[in-house]
Amino acid sequence: MPAAAVPPDAALPELASVYWRPRMTAERLRRRDRLWTLTTVAHVVPFVAVAVVMVLLSPVALPVSLAALAHAWLIPALYARRGATVTRSLAPASAGPERVSLGLLGDLVGPDARELHAHTGLVPEPGRLGTWLVGEAGALLVSGRRVSCWCVRATDPEGARLPSGDRVAHLLLALRSDEEGFATVANLAFSGARWRVRRRLPKRQRAALDAVSSRATLSA
Amino acid sequence: MSRLIRMDGSGHTTLAEWTAEDAASVEAAVAAFRDELERGSIAMVARGPGRAEHVRELPLDEPLVIMRRPIAGG
Repeated sequence: MPAAAVPPDAALPELASVYWRPRMTAERLRRRDRLWTLTTVAHVVPFVAVAVVMVLLSPVALPVSLAALAHAWLIPALYARRGATVTRSLAPASAGPERVSLGLLGDLVGPDARELHAHTGLVPEPGRLGTWLVGEAGALLVSGRRVSCWCVRATDPEGARLPSGDRVAHLLLALRSDEEGFATVANLAFSGARWRVRRRLPKRQRAALDAVSSRATLSA
Repeated sequence: MSRLIRMDGSGHTTLAEWTAEDAASVEAAVAAFRDELERGSIAMVARGPGRAEHVRELPLDEPLVIMRRPIAGG
C-alpha cells in the first residue's frame, strides 16, 4: 500500500512533539509487525527448545520442561495483555458532561458506529492502514489476522477530566485528519495475532473486534 | 448559524456563534478562535464520513468548528 501524500499543512500538529520518530507508513508498520513477530519467536523458541531437550535428556527433568513451556506461553500472553489495556475505559465524568460528550460523538459517527460504541465503548473507523477501533485511551488497528495496539490519549494541561465521549472524539478527529500522523504520535504497545489480543479484551469489547474482523474478511 | 465549540470537562462549551451577515458576531468568533489557539487547542472541521481537517483560520462558512486538546502517546 503506498504511503499517502499528506501536505505539510494537513499533518497533525502533535508530530512536532515526536520529531525524532519517522512518519508511520504502511511499509514501516509492516516492518514493525515483523519485528514483533520475530521478538515473539525469540521468546518462545528457546523455552520450547529447553523444554524438549530437558525431557529428552532425562524424564526426571519434566517439571523443568513444564516450567519452560509455561514461560513460552506466558511471555507473549503478557505482551498481549499489555496491548489489550489500550481499550480500557477511564473513570467517567459526571452524568451531565458524559451525556453531552456522547451527543457530540454521536454527531461525528454513523448509526452503526454509534451502536457499536454504545455496546463496547469502541468506535470503528476504516483507514488506509486497516480498520481502527478507537477507545478512550488508545486504539486497536485491525489488519487481516493481525492487531496492533496503540496507546494514545487526549492531553489536558488544565487537569479538567474529559468525559468519555470527548476522549474518543479527540482521538477520532486526529485519526481522521492524519492517519499516519496519528500512528506516529501514538505508542505501539503490542502487535500480534488477533486471537492473542481478543482473549485479553473485556468480553463486551470482543464483539467490536469480531465485527471489524468479519468486515475486513468480507472486503478482502 | 455557525458554532465554535471546545471539548472540555463539561462535554463541550460553545465559545461563539456567528452568521456571515453579522460582522460583530464574526469578529467575536474570530477573537474566541484565536484565544483558543493561544491556549494550545487545535481546531478541527468534520469533512464528511471518515474525514476531518485541521484548520488554522476560522472557516466562516462551516456550521461547526471543534477545538480539541493535543493528543500524546500514553
